[in-house]
Amino acid sequence: MSPEQAIQLSLLVPFLGAALIVLTWANPNVRETVTLITGAVLFYLVSSIYPTVAGGGQPSVTLFEMLPGLAIVFTVEPLGMIFAGIASFLWIVTSIYSIGYMRGHDEQNQTRFYALFAIAIGAAIGIAFAGNMLTLFVFYEVLTISTFPLVTHHGTPEAKRAGRVYLGILLSTSIAFQLVAIIWTWSMVGTLDFTQGGILNGKVGGLTAAILLGLYVFGIGKAALMPFHRWLPAAMVAPTPVSALLHAVAVVKAGVFTVLKVAVYIFGVDFLFSIEASQWFLYLAAATVLISSLVAMSKDNLKARLAYSTVSQLSYIVLGAMLASDLGVIGGGMHIAMHAFGKITLFFCAGAYIVAAHKTEISHMHGIGRTMPLTTIAFMIGSLSIIGLPPMGGLWSKWYLALGALEAGQVVIVGVLMVSSLLNVAYLLEIPFKGFFAAPADNPSPKAHHEHDPDHDHRFDHQQPREIKEAPLPCLIAIGITSAGCLILFFYPEPVYNLMRLIVAP
Amino acid sequence: MEFLGLINYWIVIVLMMTGFYIVIAHDNLVKKIVGLNIFQVSVFVFYITMAKVEGGTAPILAEGITTYSNPLPHVLILTAIVVGVATTALGLALVVRIRDAYGTIEDDELENQEGES
Amino acid sequence: MAALFSSHLPALQVVLALLAAPLCVMLRRPNAAWFIATAVTWALLAIAVVLLGRVLDIGTITYALGNWPAPWGIEYRIDLANAFVLVLVTLIGSVVIPYARASIAAEVEEPRIYLFYCMYLLNLAGLLGIAITGDVFNLFVFLEISSLSSYVMISLSRDRRALVAAYRYLIMGTIGATFYIIGVGMMYQVTGTLNMVNLATLIPDLVDNRTVMVALAFLSVGLCLKLALFPLHMWLPNAYTYAPSAVSAFLAATGTKVAVYALARILFTVFGGSSLIDDFGLQEILVTFAVLAMIGGSAVAVYESNVKRLLAYSSVAQIGYMILGLSMASVIGMTAGLVHLFNHALMKGGLFMVMGCVFFRLSSVQVEDMDGLAKRMPLTMAAFVAGGFGLIGMPLTAGFISKWYLIQAALEKGWWAAVAAILISSLLAVIYVWRVVEAAYFKPPPKGAAEVGEAPLSMLVPMWVMIGMSYYFGIDATLTLDIATGAAETLLGGVQ
Repeated sequence: MSPEQAIQLSLLVPFLGAALIVLTWANPNVRETVTLITGAVLFYLVSSIYPTVAGGGQPSVTLFEMLPGLAIVFTVEPLGMIFAGIASFLWIVTSIYSIGYMRGHDEQNQTRFYALFAIAIGAAIGIAFAGNMLTLFVFYEVLTISTFPLVTHHGTPEAKRAGRVYLGILLSTSIAFQLVAIIWTWSMVGTLDFTQGGILNGKVGGLTAAILLGLYVFGIGKAALMPFHRWLPAAMVAPTPVSALLHAVAVVKAGVFTVLKVAVYIFGVDFLFSIEASQWFLYLAAATVLISSLVAMSKDNLKARLAYSTVSQLSYIVLGAMLASDLGVIGGGMHIAMHAFGKITLFFCAGAYIVAAHKTEISHMHGIGRTMPLTTIAFMIGSLSIIGLPPMGGLWSKWYLALGALEAGQVVIVGVLMVSSLLNVAYLLEIPFKGFFAAPADNPSPKAHHEHDPDHDHRFDHQQPREIKEAPLPCLIAIGITSAGCLILFFYPEPVYNLMRLIVAP
Repeated sequence: MEFLGLINYWIVIVLMMTGFYIVIAHDNLVKKIVGLNIFQVSVFVFYITMAKVEGGTAPILAEGITTYSNPLPHVLILTAIVVGVATTALGLALVVRIRDAYGTIEDDELENQEGES
Repeated sequence: MAALFSSHLPALQVVLALLAAPLCVMLRRPNAAWFIATAVTWALLAIAVVLLGRVLDIGTITYALGNWPAPWGIEYRIDLANAFVLVLVTLIGSVVIPYARASIAAEVEEPRIYLFYCMYLLNLAGLLGIAITGDVFNLFVFLEISSLSSYVMISLSRDRRALVAAYRYLIMGTIGATFYIIGVGMMYQVTGTLNMVNLATLIPDLVDNRTVMVALAFLSVGLCLKLALFPLHMWLPNAYTYAPSAVSAFLAATGTKVAVYALARILFTVFGGSSLIDDFGLQEILVTFAVLAMIGGSAVAVYESNVKRLLAYSSVAQIGYMILGLSMASVIGMTAGLVHLFNHALMKGGLFMVMGCVFFRLSSVQVEDMDGLAKRMPLTMAAFVAGGFGLIGMPLTAGFISKWYLIQAALEKGWWAAVAAILISSLLAVIYVWRVVEAAYFKPPPKGAAEVGEAPLSMLVPMWVMIGMSYYFGIDATLTLDIATGAAETLLGGVQ
C-alpha cells in the first residue's frame, strides 16, 4: 500500500468505524470490538506511513477544491507523523480503558460515546495530516463540535454550563481570531500551504506580522494559553476517558500542534525569531506555565489539579514554538509525545480512583496506595515524567526546551522551566506520597466536600469503603501500557527526536 | 411663472405627502388604505402630466396632425392603476378578515390585543 | 417544435407559472393544485438550468417579447447574474413545494388550500419576472405581482396575527413599490427610455441632472424596503413569523434575495457606468446600514423566544451581509454578496422547514415548548443543528464559504469595522442557535408534553435535501463561486 493510499484510508477508517459503532449499538461486546479493531487498523495505517516520513519524504494527497485556488490537501510531515502516531496508539489504549471505566461506572449512552470518540480521533488525524491551513481549520472545527457532546455527556445542568464555556471559548477564538488570521494570510500571500521556512517571509511587514501572530496564537484556543484556558478545567465535567483523551491526545495536542505548525510552516523559525512580538507571546506562555502551576497547587479535586497542570504543560510547547530556535521546536515537538503519555497515565489513575474507590478529592486519598498499589505506582511514574526526572521520557523534552531557551538567548526561560518543575513536584508527588505514607484515618469527613465536587458520585455515599479493590482489569491494562510508554520513551526517544530533527534541518 | 409652469409637480407633491401622512398618522385601517390610494394617485398624476406635450393632441393617429402627447406614460399608468386597484381590493379584504378576527379595525386596539394572542 | 419551444424559453420561464395559476383555481381540489404546482415548478427549474447553461456557453441572451425590438418593446436580458437568480428561485421552489403538501394541509383551512397553490405560482411568476426582465417598468409590474401574492399567502394562516402582519406588509410594500415607480417615472422623464441597457448608456451624460439624482434615491429606498434592509425591515419579522411554515420557508429564501438582485441590477447595471454612486456616497450609506443590520438583527434574535421570529431577525442580519458585499463594489465583495444570496437561501429555507416540521407536531414554535424535543424528533432537530452550523459559519457549510469571501473582501478594502461586525454577528449567531439546541437536547420535556413522533417523510426528505445542498455547496463551492464571480464581473463591468 502506498503512503498516499494509507493517508486516505487513515482518514476514512475512523469515520467508518463510527458508523459501524452506531450500527452495532445493540450488542455492547461487538460494539467495543469494533472500536478496538478500528483503532488497531488506524494505528497500522498510520505506522505504515512512518518509514517514508522518517526517510525525509512528505507524502501528499489532494482531495478536491473547496474554494477556487484552495483545495483540501493532506501532507504528512514529521510533526504530523508524531501527532497521528500518538493519537492512533493512545486511542487503542483509551478504548481499552473506557471499556473498564464506562462499564464499571455504569454510564449511559455508551454508543454515542464510542461513536463520537471515533469521529474526534478522525478529526485529530485530519488535523495531523493537514497540508494547508484551510484543511487544518476544517478539522479543527470538526474536533470542537464532535467533542462537545462528549464533554456534556452526563447531560446534567453542570455539564450544560461547562459545555457552554467549552464551546463558547473554543468557537469564539477560532471564529474571531484564527479564521481572520487564515483569510488574511490567504489574501496577502496567495497560498496557505505548509511550507518549509514559512510562507510569510518577505511578504508581510513587521507590524502586520505581529498582529497576525497574535491572531493565530490567541485564535488557537485549544492550546489553552491564558486568558483563553478556562475551557480546560470546565471540561473536567466529562467522564474520565474523555478527559484523558482531551488532555493527552486529541484536543489539547491539536491545539499546540497547530501552534507549532503555524510557527514552523507558516511563519518559519527564522522569520518568527525576527518578529519582536514573538517575545511577548514567549513571556505570556511562561506566565501561563507558572500561574497555572500555582493554581494547580490550590486545587483539591484531582481532575481539576490535573487540568491546570495540563494548561501549564501545554504552554511548555507554546514556549518551544515562540522561542523560535531549532532546539526549542524540537523540544516542543518531543513534549507532545512525552506529555501525552505522562498525562494520560495520570488521568487514567484519576479515573481508576473514581471507579474503584469513588474518590475525587485529593484530601480523601490518604493511604489509597495500600488498597490500590498498582494505580498509585503508575501515578508516581506519570508524575515523574511530567516533572521531567529520569528514568522517564519527560526528561528529554524538558532538556531540549532548556537548550532551546539557551540557544535563543532567553536565560529567564530556563529559570521558568526549573521553577515550574519544582512546582510540579509539589502538586503532583503529593498524591502518591500521601497515598503510600499517610494513614487512611486522616481522611476528612466526605460530607464537607460535597458541594464543590460535580463529579462526586452520590450513589456510593452510604458505603464505608473497607475493602477497596484495585481498578477494573481493562483500566489496569491501559494504565500499565501508558506507564510503560513513559519508561520506554526515556530509553528510546530516538523515533521522536529524529522526526523533529527532520523539521529543523531538512 | 416658474410656480405656475410647474403646478402639476406641486400637486403631485401635495397629494403624495397627504397620502403618506394619512398612512402614518391614522390608526383606522381603512383610512390607511385611503391614504395609500391618494399616495398612488399622486404618482398617476405625475406620469400623466409628464406625458402631455405642449401643443400635442390625444395620441390617436389622424390625418394632418404632427404633434401628439406621449402615449407611453398613459399605458404605464393604466398598468399602475390596475395594480393599485388590486392592492386596494386586497387591503380591504384583509381589513374585513381582521374585523372578523379581532372585532376592531383601529391599529392601537389591535396592538393591545396582539400582546395576548 | 422543439426548436420553437427552446427559442422562447425566456418567455416560458415566466409564462408557464402565470398560466398554471388559474388552472389551480379552476381545479379547486388541494391535491390537484399541489400536483400542478409541483410539476410546473420542476419544469421551470429545468428551464432555468438550461438558460444558465446557455449563458455560460454563449454569454448574455436577449429576448424581445413579442418580437418588438428594444428599446420600444420589452426586452428580457439574461446574463450570468440573473441566470443565477433564476436557478436559485426555481430550485428553492422545487424543494419547498413537495414539502408544502403536508405542511400546508396542516396549517391552512381545507377550502383555501388551492388558493395557496395559485398564489404560490403567481409569486413564482413574479419573482422569475423580476429576475429575467431588462425593462425597469416591467420590473415594477412583476414586483407587484410577487408582492401581492405574497401578502395573500401570508394571510392564509390560521393564526389571526398573520392577517395584521399581511396588512402591515401590504402598506409598507406598496409604499416601497410606489417609491420605485416614482423613480422610474423620473428616469423616463429625463431619458425617454425604460430599457435598462439603454438607460445605462444615457445616464453618464446626465450626471449633473437633479432629477436623475432624486430618481436614484427613490429607486434605492423603494428596493431597500422590499429587501428589508435595516431600518426598513419592520414588516419582515411579523410576516415571516405568522405566515404558514412553507410560506415562510419559500419567502425567506427567495423574496428578499430577488429584491437584492434588483437593487444590484439598478445600481450597477443601470447607474454603474456613471459616477453617481460615488458622488452620492451611496456606498458608505449602504455599508452603515448593512453593519447595523448585521449586529442589530443578530442581537435582537438572541432574545427572541419564538423561534420563527428568531430566524426572521437572523434573516435581517444575513441580508446585511449581502448588502455589505454588494456595497463594496469590488469583484470579490460582489461575489461574496451574490454567493451569500444563494447559500443563505438554502440554509434559511431549510431552517424554516425545520420549524414547519416542529409546528406540524407541536403546534407551537416557542423555545420553551421545544424542551427535550431531540429525543422525540431526532431527525428534525439534527437538521436544525446542521442548518444552525451554516448560520454560524462552520467549515463544510455554505455559510462558511460566504463568510470567508466577505471577510477577505473586507480585509482587502481595509474595512476593519466591517470585519469586526461580521465576526460579532457570527458569535451572536452561536448564541441564538445554541439556545434552541440546548432546549431541544438538554432540557427534559415539559410536563404533560405530547407524545409526538417525527414529522412525516414528505416533509423530512425535502428538508434534508435543502440542508444537504447547503453542505454540498459548502464542501465544493467552486461551481457557485465561479458563477458568482462571473456574475459579479458582469455587473461591475457595466454594459457591453
